[in-house]
Formats: sequence, structure tokens, C-alpha cells
Amino acid sequence: MSTLANRAGPFTHTVNTVTRTMLWVILALTPATAYGLWLYGWPAVMLFVITLVAALAFEAVMLVLLGQPVRARLLDGSALLTGWLLAMSLPPWAPWWIGVLGSLFAIVVAKHLFGGLGQNMFNPAMVARVVLLISFPVQLTMWVAPAPLGSTTTPSFGQALAYVSGYTPIPEHMSAATALGTLKTELSRGVSVEKTAAQLPQPQQLALGNESGSMGETSAMLLLAGGVLLLALRIISWHIPVSLLATLAVLAAVSHALHPDRFASMPIHLLSGAAMLGAFFIATDYVTSPVSRSGQLLFGAGIGALTWVIRALGGYPEGLAFAVVLMNALVPLIDRGFRPRVFGRSWRGTSLEAKSQPKIHI
Amino acid sequence: MSLFQVRGGVKLSYRKELSSESPIVHMPTPKRVCIPLQQHVGSPAEPVVEVGQWVGKGQLIGKSGRGISANVHASTSGIVTAIEDHVAPHPSGLTQLTVVIEADGDDRWAELPPPITADFPLPATPKELNDRVAAAGIVGLGGAAFPSAVKLDMRYKYSIDTLVINGAECEPYITCDDRLMRESASEIIDGVRIMAYALAVEQIIIAIEANKPKAVKAMRDAAKADRSIRVVTVPTRFPMGSAQHLLLAVTGRETPADKRTAEVGAVVHNVATARAVSCAIRRGEPLISRVVTVSGFGVREPANVEVPLGTSVEDLLAFCGGLHPVPTLLINGGPMMGAPLPSVHAPVVKGSSGVLALTAAEINEGPESPCIRCGKCVSACPAGLVPVEMAQLIKRGDLQGAKAIGSQDCIACGSCSYICPSHIPLAHYFSFANGKLNALDRDARRQDRIRSLIQARNERAAREAEMKKAAAAARKAAKAATAAAKAAATETTAASTTQMEETT
Repeated sequence: MSTLANRAGPFTHTVNTVTRTMLWVILALTPATAYGLWLYGWPAVMLFVITLVAALAFEAVMLVLLGQPVRARLLDGSALLTGWLLAMSLPPWAPWWIGVLGSLFAIVVAKHLFGGLGQNMFNPAMVARVVLLISFPVQLTMWVAPAPLGSTTTPSFGQALAYVSGYTPIPEHMSAATALGTLKTELSRGVSVEKTAAQLPQPQQLALGNESGSMGETSAMLLLAGGVLLLALRIISWHIPVSLLATLAVLAAVSHALHPDRFASMPIHLLSGAAMLGAFFIATDYVTSPVSRSGQLLFGAGIGALTWVIRALGGYPEGLAFAVVLMNALVPLIDRGFRPRVFGRSWRGTSLEAKSQPKIHI
Repeated sequence: MSLFQVRGGVKLSYRKELSSESPIVHMPTPKRVCIPLQQHVGSPAEPVVEVGQWVGKGQLIGKSGRGISANVHASTSGIVTAIEDHVAPHPSGLTQLTVVIEADGDDRWAELPPPITADFPLPATPKELNDRVAAAGIVGLGGAAFPSAVKLDMRYKYSIDTLVINGAECEPYITCDDRLMRESASEIIDGVRIMAYALAVEQIIIAIEANKPKAVKAMRDAAKADRSIRVVTVPTRFPMGSAQHLLLAVTGRETPADKRTAEVGAVVHNVATARAVSCAIRRGEPLISRVVTVSGFGVREPANVEVPLGTSVEDLLAFCGGLHPVPTLLINGGPMMGAPLPSVHAPVVKGSSGVLALTAAEINEGPESPCIRCGKCVSACPAGLVPVEMAQLIKRGDLQGAKAIGSQDCIACGSCSYICPSHIPLAHYFSFANGKLNALDRDARRQDRIRSLIQARNERAAREAEMKKAAAAARKAAKAATAAAKAAATETTAASTTQMEETT
């Protein structure tokens, strides 16, 4: 028996793998996704499937082109998760090519042109969302009122095919603005935020998600449940979600208290838009967030602050995707500046002072 | 007692149940023992026996070398058949000078120092006790094998007020200390009291991980003998048994980087070391055997065995029913910080806490995939390093960059490699880089030495030349001076003559 091993320890390893991590994240997303698909019916289901299939197809093509192990990488779940997150952030009835183009930007440009899994600087799904929003503002702000499967308003499979293929435009009566969108539009017409907010869905309804919005972003409660699952499994730590939501909440609460007619209240900021999805599933993306706990706190707080600034002061009603991409750019800098303290050393790196002085013999 | 927060660490699959309920069994002396002369940190012992000579059990066969070193004794009686290079339990497969003894089967003791059986306070000075511990060849039995007498001598260099006894046993599989604490608690406590007396410390803390409740109970009962001893349960979290981390957990004292725990007034000893000290003082017996955990799914009968030092791993495994016919990896020590055994002919030494036969399923070494920057290695690192970043730098060949962010503060615990979902051998990178950096350092030091020698030689040459020149100049000056004096003298004579003539 040969016992010579040409390797160093340890000789025991965790059962955790990259694939297992990705699959747990997908599982945590499932309740909110299922709710979104039910809420917006067949067009949403179709767009969701198209986006995921496109993401996997682009991933396969890129892996072949770059000479990487196709089977292992394709099955690691990372492309599936990217496609999934992108789909969840799209308007539920967007035409098919929005999903395909989004996957192309996410997988080909944002991921593989930056070096593939683990090497991308920017969150692929958010890059795709930002690119689509800037390039196709009409399609990306085409929101619809909830039309749950089984209800009278829900489109049939055939109608859904017509909408998603772009053959028939979405009927005017189905469209409905999001909460954040309504506030922005009304404010630009001189209507005070407070007045508009009274007409919006109440916080309870925002938490449940029965409102117009992106395919998988509306149910704050189900997203929170998924996030808590990831926290419990220690797949993510509390640092990014808590600092992100806390910063957003504090800025919203303080500004609302000072200028209620100009700034929306805290529940609106936390429960609508991409806040919950972003805090638990997007900002926590391993690859594009800092590795140290202190860095993660700063990163989360930065996204929370930028999101509020864009929403409250900028031109767009929602700003989380921009905030994530902007903070992604700072990650290398944060990683350099926020390392943990080394054992036995001060923060400045010098060896700690000895407490016991060497003995002096008399 | 409140504990202090220690950063990092990992929760492992401990698999201690394979052997934790097997009482310690004594292995009969094998036909032959191969006792390496270096089983400790420091310089090797020097052989003091000759080939063909009969040695008694416990007889000194290797005398402690220069500087930090330790004595080595015969673990059984018999004839020394060779003093030769023999495979050592080191992954390099390099050999070591080893005394081979063919056992005569009598196990006859050599003459031992007289036991000190009196109760506390002991009728011996701390110095005498230290000398006894040094003579008995006792080293740290937790695995580091640092000569214990050197640690007990720390009181002469530092003001030591705390003795911490390490019963954490944080490595998976290993249960030898657990069994020892359950079965020989009073002997351990006696050894602890002897060490505390030798160190003249104020507080004694025995720290045991929470996954050994029976050991904690046995030790608490035995510790009633001395009220200054506290038995503390520490969280089960690898690497709790690292001396610096254990000390931080139980006292809140953080050892400065690159320094010993004595710098913060504490000495840490292992429980098995305490027992060895008791044996050396109470019975006069040197360290010639130790308890080894034989475990892993590859071995038929996992056990805790008291093994005569120098017994081959092959004999030990045979004693434990042999191996299952599945491909296994043999490990010396625990699976986290232990090393592969180069051969089954390697002997059991003072630092061998375990011999593990691990199957591929237990090792669970998946194929390496790209780093996804999950940061788990950063949270797991008990040294507060950023393994992901250091590994990147080392991969790029930037060893100085890795050094700048602390690669040399790595304690090689392997927590980062364990936790990595991409199965990147991070710890391997750091041991490679630190080995290389040390070699570069040595090289740089040698270069410096050569440079300073050359400089000294040049200076000396210059000085000599200068001196020669000065001497030549001095000689010349002297010559000139003599000549001048002569001339002056002649002139004076002439002048005086003239004067005289004038006066006349």
C-alpha cells in the first residue's frame, strides 16, 4: 500500500460546494418567484422560461468558446441563478427579446468577458437590468396590474403568446404604474408625495406583494422569508442585508419626518421596488461583494444610501440596480481598506505590546 | 467563568465516536523498536549507547543536544542492533538517525531516579523538578513536541502568573486526551500541581472542549484536590486547541504576533504532558510511551492505545486488527494539521497523537473549481487573515505581496481549506509561500553575512594599508627627524665652537 501523498492537509473537507450554495439560493427564491408567476400569469411564465433558457444557452456557448469544462460549469447553477435573478427583476409582461438580450448582457458581457465565474466585477443580472433600462426604457417600464392565474383578468395562453412575442401590444387597461413610479410621476406634476401615497397600496398590501411591479420583486414578505432561510443556513451573513435595509430605512424615515410632502415614508421604501430582493439576494452575491465583515457593512450601507438618493433625488423612480453596480466598482478598494485585524497585531499591523515585562534579576 | 470571544474557526465533523468509548489498551512491546533521536522541536539528541550494547527499559539512549533539545530513552529492554538512518514520521520521507533495539521480551527497567512521593508542598526546589522533567525527556504531547522543561524555565525570564492546561483536543477523530482525562484524571491533576509548583503560578485553568462532558466531569472531580484549579468548558470549535487561541478564550490575553504566550504571563501545557510529568516525578519514569488514537474508516478496530515509543505504525495497525482493503491515506496526527505518513515502517514518536487510516469518502476532496469569493475563508481564519487575497497573490507569484498582508501570521490550521466550497487548497498555498519566503530570508541573511564579511575584510585591508602607510610615513618622519637632529646637533656644536671662538 502506498501511503505517500503528494499534498498538504487538511484531510477532511466541508460537504458544501459551489453548486449546493447556488441551489439553496434558488430554493430560497422559489416562493417569491412562484408568487410572481402566479400573480402575473402566463406572459410572466413564458418570459421567465425564455430568460433562463437563454442564460443557460449563452453560458454553454461561452464555455465552449473559452474551452472551459462545459458540463461541470453549466451544472454548477451559477448561470441558472443569474438568469433567474434577471427574470425576477424584469417587467412581467416584457417581450421575449428583452429576456434574451438581458441574458446575453448578463452572461456574455458582464460574466464571461470579465473572466467567467468568480472574476466578474459587476453583478451580471444588475448590469443586464441597467443596460436594458437605459436602452429600452419603454419596455422596461411597461408595468401591468396583477392578473393572477385563475382570475377573470388573466390572459389566456394564446393571448400570453401574443404579448410575449410582441405580436399584440399589451392592452392599455392592463397597464399600471408601480408605487415608486407613481410617486415620481405625480411629484413631477406638482402633486405632493403625501397626497399620492394616500392613493397607493397600504404597507400590508405592499408586504404581501399584490401590486404592480417586477416579476419577482413585489412580495417583500416571501423575499424576506427566503432571506431568513439563507441566513439560517449561513449561506449569507446578516451584514449586507441589515446595513443596506437599515441605511435605506433611516434615510427614508429622517427625510420623511422632515419633509413629508417631498419624501416617501420608510415602509414604501422598504416594501416596494427591489429593496428586499436586492438586500438578500443581489447585494449579497459573493463574487461582487467584499469578503470581510466590516467591508460588507460599508458595502451594504453604500447601496442603501445610493438607492435612496436615486429614488428620492434622482430622475429614476427605482435606483437599486444602479446602486449595486456603483458599489460593485468600489469592492476592490473596500477589500483593500477593510481587512480583519490579524491575531496578535494591532489594526496598524504592529505586534501587540507584551503585557508581562521580562523579569529583571536582582 | 466567562469566556472571551475568539475570532474565526470552523465547526467540523468530529467523528470522535469511532474511538471515544474505547478504553485505553496497552500494546505489548513489539519485537523491535526504532527510536528516532529527534522527536522534538530543536536539535537532535546525541546517541550515548553503542551497537551491541544491552539497554534497560527507560535507559537514556540519546542525550539532549545543544540549545533547545530533549533526552531520548529506550522504551523496552534489549540489545541495540543499529544506530542508523531510518524512515521518520515526516511527509518528506527523509530519514533520521534512529536507535534500533531488538527487544529481549523481559521489559526490564533500567535504574531509575528515586521517586518523590511526598505530598504538596513538594520537598524539592522548582529547579530540581525542572531538571527531572528535562531528564525524563518530556515534550509537549499535544503534537507540537516542544521540550516541556524549556517552558517550565520561562519563569526565570518572564513573570508568569497563569498555567493553562490544554484538554481541548480540537482535532477530529483524536480521543487520546479525552480517554486519558477520563481514566487518569488524578494523575493529570497531580502533574498539573507539580508544574504549577515549578512555575509558582497564581491561577491554573484546565480548558476542555464542550464535546467531552465525561472528561470534564472526571477532571472536575479530581481537581477538588486543589482549590486554585478551575476546569473550564470551551466551545467546540477548531482550532480551539491552539495555545494562543485557548489562552485568549480563557483569560482574554492575546499573545503578540511572533511571540510566546509567556510574553503575556501564561504557559500552556497539554493534559498528557501533565500526566508524563507526574510519572517522571512520582515514579521516576521517563517518557517512553504515549497514548495514540488509531482511527478512521480504513482501520478495522479503532482504539486508543498506549504505545511504546518507536513501535512501527505497521505493528500498531496490526494490533488494531489491520486495515480494510480499501484505498486509504495514512495520517500522522489529526486530519486538520497532521501530515501523511511516508511509510508504515515509520515509528510512533512523542508527538504522534493519532494514526488515522482515512478513506477517500472521509477526506472528501472534491475537484477544484473557481473561487466565488464567498469569503468563508476570511470568516474562518482564526489568525484574522484574508486567505482569498493571499492565495491570489501567491498564484501570481507575488510572495512579497502575500507577506505584506500577513501570510507569515498563518498558523497552518487548515480551516480555510476545510471550509472552501470550491475545494481550493488554500493552506497548501500558504505553506508553500512561507517555505519559499523563509528560504529567501535565509538566503538574504547569508548574502548579508557574506557582504558584511567582505566589507569587514576590505575595511581590514584598507586599515592595514593605512597602517602600513602610516608606519612608513612615521618611519620616514623618524628618519628625517633623526637626520635633522643630527644636522642640528652638528650645527649647534659648530655654533658653540664658533661662539667659543668668538668669546675667546
